[in-house]
Amino acid sequence: MLLMEHNIKLPEGSIEKQTTTLNLGPTHPATHGVFQNILELDGERIVSAVQTVGYIHRAFEKLAERRPLYQITPITDRLNYCSSPINNMGWHMTCEKLLNVKTPKRVDYLRIIIMELARISDHLICNSIVGVDSGAYTGFLYVMQSREHIYEIYEEICGSRLTTNIGRIGGFERNFNATAFNKLEKFLKEYPKVLKEFGDLFLRNRIFMDRLQKTGGISAERALSYGFTGPNLRAAGVDYDVRVHSPYCSYEDFTFEIPVGNTGDNYDRFLVRDQEMWQSLSIIEQAYKKVQEFKGAEAEVFHAEVPEYYLPKKEDVYTKMEALIWHFKIIMGETAIPSGEVYHSVEGGNGELGFYFISDGGRTPYRLHFRRPSFIYYQAYEELVKDGMLSDAIITMSSLNLIAGELDA
Amino acid sequence: MRPVRFNINAKVASTKDAIGQAPPGFEGEGFFTTKMSEVVGLARKNSLWPLPFATSCCGIEFMATMASHYDLSRFGAERVGFSPRQCDLLMVMGTISKKMGPVLRQVYLQMAEPRWVMAVGACASSGGIFDTYSVLQGIDQVIPVDVYVPGCPPRPEAIIDGFMRIQDLVGEESIRRRNGDQYKALLNSYGIE
Amino acid sequence: MAISNSLIQENLLEKFGENVSNFQDTYEMLSFESSKEINLKVLQFLYEEDSLGFRFLTDLTAVHYPNQIGRELAVVYHLHNLVENIRLRFKVFTSINEPNVFTASKLFESANWMERETYDFFGVNFVGHPNLIRVLNVDEMDYFPLRKEYPLEDQTRIDKDDEMFGRG
Repeated sequence: MLLMEHNIKLPEGSIEKQTTTLNLGPTHPATHGVFQNILELDGERIVSAVQTVGYIHRAFEKLAERRPLYQITPITDRLNYCSSPINNMGWHMTCEKLLNVKTPKRVDYLRIIIMELARISDHLICNSIVGVDSGAYTGFLYVMQSREHIYEIYEEICGSRLTTNIGRIGGFERNFNATAFNKLEKFLKEYPKVLKEFGDLFLRNRIFMDRLQKTGGISAERALSYGFTGPNLRAAGVDYDVRVHSPYCSYEDFTFEIPVGNTGDNYDRFLVRDQEMWQSLSIIEQAYKKVQEFKGAEAEVFHAEVPEYYLPKKEDVYTKMEALIWHFKIIMGETAIPSGEVYHSVEGGNGELGFYFISDGGRTPYRLHFRRPSFIYYQAYEELVKDGMLSDAIITMSSLNLIAGELDA
Repeated sequence: MRPVRFNINAKVASTKDAIGQAPPGFEGEGFFTTKMSEVVGLARKNSLWPLPFATSCCGIEFMATMASHYDLSRFGAERVGFSPRQCDLLMVMGTISKKMGPVLRQVYLQMAEPRWVMAVGACASSGGIFDTYSVLQGIDQVIPVDVYVPGCPPRPEAIIDGFMRIQDLVGEESIRRRNGDQYKALLNSYGIE
Repeated sequence: MAISNSLIQENLLEKFGENVSNFQDTYEMLSFESSKEINLKVLQFLYEEDSLGFRFLTDLTAVHYPNQIGRELAVVYHLHNLVENIRLRFKVFTSINEPNVFTASKLFESANWMERETYDFFGVNFVGHPNLIRVLNVDEMDYFPLRKEYPLEDQTRIDKDDEMFGRG
């Protein structure tokens, strides 16, 4: 049973004698995911909140102990499923760190394009759902169309829309063809108008601002103590971004700004995410220009030369014996993996997504632990909503960008 | 080159699947008679109110289905409700874990007859890739299911296809089905009175 | 002043002497262990000392080594100094028969749920934790699933055909 008091006695002079218990249960309107809050309310004011998670616990960490490296990629997809390429690439980069694989520059730039598209996709969902929860459904419909364009770009490269399983250890499975670049150019031309229109609907909207400002705020010290990372921490005033702090995948070659808020309330989080989308757009444009500078043979490079860990070409797998054997061995994990412990983190849509990988030289990891940002900052929810109104608590929950798959793993 | 076997003959558009088709009946000047179940089925199938029970990744594909590109409201499902008392169709999208099973059952029990259940995605149909100790291997362990939509996640077109299969089921259901012995036996096998 | 792995190692050895050991450089991250009785003291030293300043707890988890008798469960802390940008891994070993480790939740608020998750998966009892109950699994579960002796699949299934899966 949960350790909480129900029907807390209220002090003299209050309207009610004791608090009301409200179960903001696992199934709630607005497709955030399944987590439960048991709130003690004094009228509409929240006295205490206890969270229950685990309604979608799928035992990823135990499952990963059973699967060789390539078979873990589909699991990492389903962590933060709004931006699954970031999870996939984070996992592949962790493996590359363990296996000491260096990726060529073109691969890094292509990876950055895909990761920033995923970040845009994640922030679009979060911001539009904040709009839906405060009653503004239109923004959601506008931006879902842009997400469809992003999905089309993923489809050109890996074949799948949402849970992408994109990339390999060392690069990509195929070179980006002309259609992919055409779609990317079309996206880069049309998306700024959509984002501007979305901003015009919300950013200086009197009702929206009044609803979101001064609710769900947290100070920088408390946020750091609670382990916040990502846009939530940046809204509280700390400019910690893994892309800048410990650059991975050639992020140091790009210039971009990190938007930082001051009060950490819901409006700051909305603004930080909105600004991050503009920054991601600028990174994609820079990366695209850099990719176009590769000419000739260099433009055909889309993976590192590591035949022990990179799956061979499908045409060879179907026709040649050695390629078939390599493919089988790599997928089933029969290639040699050094033993060691590695921790690698990437800047996911929600913050620092970390992979703690202990290998004992066998086929499968000895232990794989995901450092999931949503799980860590959901603890702070009570502090964010205490003494606030119930309707603000709903908006706080959606502006934190809690993804259930990442929360429960 | 492998010879292509499917989709090589041109498809003729037929009006059999059109929504505006009248059910078979007897027509005269100013009147039209048909079976009661046909009329009721026609009305119900074009105005289903779904309850999106979205738990994980399939929920995002459902959001894409409800958005303007793949519009589910063309089929009459504009009004999604989150209260089981008001909805006809329970769309379970995403993995259901053992902790969530009783919650799902409670939501199903609260729905009023006639009710239909659609399991969207591999996890809801059979546990999906998660053959672990904490995941329910298919929601048909706890509630009876009408249509399963496979995929991980299924494309929005697949979800719409599943929805159209539900519409077929709704349109052709006999009025007496919910009171009959076979249906009662089905519910009893799940422990529902 | 820039700090490096060797500086951290010197400071720790100076303060704790024999109680910290096994300093390793794993992929540029310093990793060390200490005895479980002083884990809070080490964490506090790393937090308060200005030259070290590890004030951010990135991760807290555990690993089960069934073959090391007496040291089966390892509680692993990942710490991060945000100002100097240096990371650290700190391990504490405990035996599986008495898995009591002092809680870090007074020092870092984020350790609260991370320790609950570690308790849920491995059974590590964090002494002094305000609310040590299961967080991800069902409350009625009576075993700790991520220990190596427990299987991944649900053993009560009757519909899976073991013959077909090669387990019959």
